[in-house]
Amino acid sequence: MEDRSAADAAVMERGKKIGSTGVGGGALVSGSGKRAFGTVLAALILCLIGIMAFSIRLFSVIKYESVIHEFDPYFNYRVTKYLTKAGIYEFWNWFDDRTWYPLGRVIGGTVYPGLTITAGTMWWILNAFNIPLSVETVCVFTAPIFSSFAAWATYLLTSEVKGRGAGLTAAALLAMVPSYISRSVAGSYDNEAVAIFALIFTFYLYVKTLNTGSLFYATLNALAYFYMVCSWGGYTFIINLIPMHVLLCIVTGRYSSRLYIAYAPLVILGTLLAALVPVVGFNAVMTSEHFASFLVFVIIHVAALAHYIKRVLSPKQYSTAVSFVITFGMAGAAALIAILAAMVAASPTKGWSGRSLSLLDPTYASKYIPIIASVSEHQPPTWPSYFMDINVLAFLVPAGIIACFLPLSDSSSFVVLYLVTSVYFSGVMVRLMLVLAPAACVLSGIALSEAFAVLTRSIKYQDLSESAAVDSTATLNSTNENEASVKEVKDKAPKRGKKKTVEKEVEKKRKRLLGLPMEASAVGILLLIIMGSFYVVHCVWAAAEAYSAPSIVLTSQTPDGGLHVFDDFREAYAWLNHNTGEDDKVASWWDYGYQTTAMANRTVIVDNNTWNNTHIATVGTAMSSPERQAWEIFQSLDVKYVFVIFGGLVGYPSDDINKFLWMVRIGGGVFPHIREPDYLRDGHYRIDSQATPTMLNCLMYKLSYYRFAEADGKGYDRVRRTEIGKKYFKLNYFEEVFTTQHWMVRIYKLKPPRNLVSAVKSKKRTQKKKTTR
Amino acid sequence: MAASSLCLIGCVALWILAGTALAEDLVVAKLDRRVDLTSQVARTLVSFKIENSGSDPATKFLFALSKDQFDHLAFISAASVSVKGKSRTQSAPLTVKEVEKKEDPSSDAVYFEISLEKSLEQGQAATIDVQYALTHTLTPFPREIRQSETQLVLYHDSAYVLSPYLVKFQTTFFKLPGSRVESYTKVEPTKLGDKEIKYGPYENVSPLSQAPVTLQFENNRPFAVVETLEQEIEISHWGNVYVTENYHLKHTGARLKGGFSRLDYQAKGNGVSAFRYLAAILPPRAHSIYYRDEIGNISTSHVRNEPKRTIVEFEPRYPLFGGWQVKFTLGYSVPLQDFVFLAPDGSRYLNFTFGSPLVDVVVEKITTKVVLPEGSRDPSVEAPLALDEQHQEVKHSYLDTVGRKVVVLTKKNVVAEHNVPFQVKYKFNPLAMLAEPLMLIFGFFCFFLACMAYLHFDFPISKSSAAYQARLQQEEVLDLLQRFQKLMKRRLFEAEKLEAALRDLARTGDVAPCKASKKLVDPTLSKEVKAIHEALQATSRSSSVNSKVEALITKEKEKHERLLQKLNLTVDLYERKMSSKEIDSRLVPHEQKYTHLKSEVAELMDSLDD
Repeated sequence: MEDRSAADAAVMERGKKIGSTGVGGGALVSGSGKRAFGTVLAALILCLIGIMAFSIRLFSVIKYESVIHEFDPYFNYRVTKYLTKAGIYEFWNWFDDRTWYPLGRVIGGTVYPGLTITAGTMWWILNAFNIPLSVETVCVFTAPIFSSFAAWATYLLTSEVKGRGAGLTAAALLAMVPSYISRSVAGSYDNEAVAIFALIFTFYLYVKTLNTGSLFYATLNALAYFYMVCSWGGYTFIINLIPMHVLLCIVTGRYSSRLYIAYAPLVILGTLLAALVPVVGFNAVMTSEHFASFLVFVIIHVAALAHYIKRVLSPKQYSTAVSFVITFGMAGAAALIAILAAMVAASPTKGWSGRSLSLLDPTYASKYIPIIASVSEHQPPTWPSYFMDINVLAFLVPAGIIACFLPLSDSSSFVVLYLVTSVYFSGVMVRLMLVLAPAACVLSGIALSEAFAVLTRSIKYQDLSESAAVDSTATLNSTNENEASVKEVKDKAPKRGKKKTVEKEVEKKRKRLLGLPMEASAVGILLLIIMGSFYVVHCVWAAAEAYSAPSIVLTSQTPDGGLHVFDDFREAYAWLNHNTGEDDKVASWWDYGYQTTAMANRTVIVDNNTWNNTHIATVGTAMSSPERQAWEIFQSLDVKYVFVIFGGLVGYPSDDINKFLWMVRIGGGVFPHIREPDYLRDGHYRIDSQATPTMLNCLMYKLSYYRFAEADGKGYDRVRRTEIGKKYFKLNYFEEVFTTQHWMVRIYKLKPPRNLVSAVKSKKRTQKKKTTR
Repeated sequence: MAASSLCLIGCVALWILAGTALAEDLVVAKLDRRVDLTSQVARTLVSFKIENSGSDPATKFLFALSKDQFDHLAFISAASVSVKGKSRTQSAPLTVKEVEKKEDPSSDAVYFEISLEKSLEQGQAATIDVQYALTHTLTPFPREIRQSETQLVLYHDSAYVLSPYLVKFQTTFFKLPGSRVESYTKVEPTKLGDKEIKYGPYENVSPLSQAPVTLQFENNRPFAVVETLEQEIEISHWGNVYVTENYHLKHTGARLKGGFSRLDYQAKGNGVSAFRYLAAILPPRAHSIYYRDEIGNISTSHVRNEPKRTIVEFEPRYPLFGGWQVKFTLGYSVPLQDFVFLAPDGSRYLNFTFGSPLVDVVVEKITTKVVLPEGSRDPSVEAPLALDEQHQEVKHSYLDTVGRKVVVLTKKNVVAEHNVPFQVKYKFNPLAMLAEPLMLIFGFFCFFLACMAYLHFDFPISKSSAAYQARLQQEEVLDLLQRFQKLMKRRLFEAEKLEAALRDLARTGDVAPCKASKKLVDPTLSKEVKAIHEALQATSRSSSVNSKVEALITKEKEKHERLLQKLNLTVDLYERKMSSKEIDSRLVPHEQKYTHLKSEVAELMDSLDD
């Protein structure tokens, strides 16, 4: 396998690759029977890898049910439903008036349509064949299907870099890498589900173009890039990584026409296509994220020109030309850079979007944009999460990097660069671990395959040198200390005088084959297999236990071994859906916006899109204000129902009280009268009797703990593990209309204004009395 | 006041009727009415003992309902009763037909004509039971209650049974769900018992007279009304009947006023009029039961299998208070052989129970769709109940081409009494079952065929394109390489034979066979190798292949020569009759070189394989 891939690389490097069958140069030189067998075997293995990638993600369906997970997937599901019902043109023009009330949201222009259109197309094809699967079913299984595709794309990418064996290993690793599973279990209907496939496939086509110099693949590459742009905001990673690699190639003197073909069409076609996606539009040329690609586009042309001139001119002329160009070019470039810098500096965010900035400067978000910092998946990861998400790959990756340098080719340098950059990004945001996972799989695949090749080869050629030893009848004897191989055992007739030369010969050959002693190889293979099994066990565990919970249904073990189901969220959403007015507005913290619109079909004030910070701050302010002010804010927003998530009764930790400080922070960021210190006692966030009066009187506290103390008599909050500070109080402006079985969702209705008149009056009266006294 | 005016109208109507319609002089000798008000449906059983006092034999009996009650009528049936001593047995069901009495538009009575089992001669008597069920007659009052309050309902009826005949003796019992009665109209003699109110006995009540009574009492039974039920019964001749039922359920009792407090509901048990549990009685051997709504599975359900039925107990997502609604889907499968049978004439029929399997509900509108398998013909429905509407549709499901015939039955106001079997007859050829599998097989066959065709044909746009040339060349190279490898193998085989001869020589010391073996060497081989090598050089531009081949050829040649040399030397040595030790020592350098070469050649061959 290794000889082949080495030969492969060699063939490719010289640009003399014959044909473009994609099987790889090495396959050319084998018997056609063997070749066909290898291809069929590889196809079979790939097929099995695809099935495994699909089925390992079905734990969520088997353990729970076929349902859309979490938050964002619900929005995507709702959009897909709209797309399948109304058609593509309606979808582009969709103005959604059921969210961000009263602003609304232009869905068609603000959403990455790749996922939706993919699932919509799949649904449409199925229905064209009269297979009546529901949109929900298609959405639930989109992610597992695409993870099979992603595994195949990984095979293509890796086999393009290091041969088919490495490709198969990498595909198998990717099919079950926990980091990717966490985003693509059945039901996790999010952009990343298709985007990772698009990412890997784009990289594959880039490397393929780089290896073949075929314009056909260059065009495909631009199309794949277009699909990626449609699918995920992470496309900026591609459009920065590829220019970086091109630059690296130019700087290290690896410029070739293949590099030009791989890059130039991608920039032109890719940018044009990207600009077609409404959500990107002119950003494709105007924001700083895309700047690098254009700069490198200029540089590659300069390099191309230089190469051309070098070919045309004599060496002497060339050197004078170089010095001439350098002096003037430097001056010109300096001026250009100065102008650009001035332009970029003129814009407040330096032309970068908030999320990109928080990538470049990890402390940026926590300083300026609490709404980005408040999302848990935007936090930096911890070391255990690396082990959890990529497991043994973390140890294999360095070996893979070394393998990539033996020998270094254009494609292997690309893979190394991909890994290095993604390691950095994953260190900034835990969510971007997802980008690291494919890189880690590719490199680990290469490492594993190389290691296996070396070990099996040393075993295989052991026989050869052995037979040589037997035949010669004059081979090594027992005095040979360096050799610790089987050979010694079979040594029959030691002939001391002659053995030295033979020994040397064998030794030399060994070196060329990177041979290892038999026992060492066997132990090495055994260790590798153990490590692989450990990885498999870990992945299956992660898929089954850690990442398959849909988060809208919670379960716990009952003492008698049964399963207790907490289905409160859907209980509340179903109640809202069936028992409130069709056009009633429902306010809640933005986390639940997407679910409310999708499951309860009610208009919400804010949702997970978080495009309007002020609006979210308004809701945050209302939640942190006293009852009356909150009522006024909600009344001004035409809100009829408010709901809060409360985990204090059953001990559900991610409830609104725990998220409350973010509401205060975000609200305070826009409305300065909300100040975080008012809610903290000596810098500690608490809700017990030591809590500040502002905290105990804010709406969030009251809605969460209304009549809570009556439930158990003490008011013991099982999440905060403390008794609540204020136990008995009345609500004057809100009325409890529904509370779910485990109190996890509590829905309140705003009291109508006319009933308040008397309350307000009586309050005034008492105030008057007080003042007169 | 109102009562007396009604009486008056009744009397007027009577006179008009008496002159025209009542030719037969039937008299109700004894009448016993029991009204069951314990659920949301008012179920009445009236037992008539009629006598023919006229001269003509009577064949028909008229039963009357007030217009008000008729509007709520869901179900009516009659049966003749044979009385033997004290035991009464309903012997035969009688046909009940609604008849119009245009003669008296002022009357608010609606008449049903019941044909008697046999005509009643003068002086003869017969006993008839009439059963009917009224829905939505129990109206909650007060209309809105708080969570902590119980639900009171009103029921309007008449103390006298509305009858176009003279009723000599009658009694009415109203059976109530609880002992709490808020108020009731008194028409003496009236007696309030435990969970029961007795009106009567009244004697000689003139025809069509009424005495309205209003009862207000506590009724906390679930007022579960299915506003719409869409039921789909899909027959698959592969062995299953799939049933899917979409419910839109509403609590039609007193509306909930104010908020709902979970605390009061859980801790204090408030909300007695709300309901949480529903039960469905499904056929025996029902399987694959699911209970879900549009946002997913609902986990609160239990299935109990009994020999005669399957009971599903389930809860909606939340308890239903007055005015609250919920939608859900209940689905299950039953074995085909339990429900689809072969008729004597060769056609098939589905025998299924009409209505909802839910216990204690009223269905306002049911739409039952029977989806027949693709390829079935001439569907017809036989139902022992009056359907409101019936038509046919076509549905496309899994891989259908022409679609499946769907029989749609619609009925409004359905109660438990309507749960009777109905039949859908259709003709079906079992071969039609194979259509879809065959289609799939054919589809895959075509796909593989296309793949094969693609791999075996040339599709280049231009025969002179570089890629095409390259592919041709590659194939040529592969071919040459194969031939080359074959030759090499032959060469190796030869070498092995020579070696064997040598070993024999060493053992036996006989020179002759060894000499003979030399002749085995085919001199043409090297020529062939050379030819192939040249061809390879001409076609292949891949230097790595060429260099490998070249190296192999040279090494092999060297090895071959070395072997021959060794052979000659050995033969020579043996012929010179040297001592074996000496021979050995002489041979060693040859041996070493040869072994080395041999291993190198083997390695090269292997690398060529890759």
